[in-house]
Amino acid sequence: MSLFDIAFYIIAVLTIASAIVVVSARNIIYSAFALLFTFFGVAGLYVLLNADFIAVTQVLIYVGGILVLIIFGIMLTTKFFDVPVRSEALHVGPAILVTGAIMGTLVGVVLKTKWFNVMNVQWENTTKKIGEKLMTDFLLPFEVASVVLLVALLGAVIIARREKF
Amino acid sequence: MQVNLTVLKNVGLEHFLVVSAILFSLGIYAVVTRKNAIMVLMGIELILNSANINFIAFSKYSVGDLTGHLVAIFVIILAAAEAAIAIAIILNIYKNFLTVNIDEVDNLKR
Repeated sequence: MSLFDIAFYIIAVLTIASAIVVVSARNIIYSAFALLFTFFGVAGLYVLLNADFIAVTQVLIYVGGILVLIIFGIMLTTKFFDVPVRSEALHVGPAILVTGAIMGTLVGVVLKTKWFNVMNVQWENTTKKIGEKLMTDFLLPFEVASVVLLVALLGAVIIARREKF
Repeated sequence: MQVNLTVLKNVGLEHFLVVSAILFSLGIYAVVTRKNAIMVLMGIELILNSANINFIAFSKYSVGDLTGHLVAIFVIILAAAEAAIAIAIILNIYKNFLTVNIDEVDNLKR
């Protein structure tokens, strides 16, 4: 086993174990903090795939932005003093059955298919190439994404500030 | 019983795809079972992350250029926008119903 394999298995086990904690913890705060480790694990997988820029973006946006937003949402919508911070689950048995079937199908398809698996590109540094692509091939999606972000943030402010419908 | 362990060596495309499939199913499980709307949002984030792992794995092993990375960046941007809007909607639901359990917000049914 090479060092790459060992690193992959450590990161994969960390990611999947904390994702299991996310979906199964009774306390929603525990779920949010387990989500932190899942996001870091996914960033580690990106590093193993030579995607340095995406890994940094993952840590900045998911951990620094989305997770903080989720924790703010939990803090603002939970009554900490009256009831314990619980989040109940419905129909656990059928859900485990169906999602287990989905997972079995997906893993089976992944393992059975002969993927077009000839390349193994080793990028030294992807940031410059990503910047060049953003300014040439992906210029229109880039501009549209900026408009989408502006509209989404304005919409979020307006929705959250309205008093009563 | 003899188990073939050579599959575990030489980590490649399939290993990343299996991790992403497991993350995807866990996300679906969270979306389907949890009552709390914020837990549903966390499940959606898990699903988006698994899709991103697929994009980047294929970009490295099958395609050999950076198009998958660009798509992953746009997915992350849309996930941020979606999380902001979803939290705003959830806060408004809490203001009007004093709960975020999505099975109790059923005014259209009555």
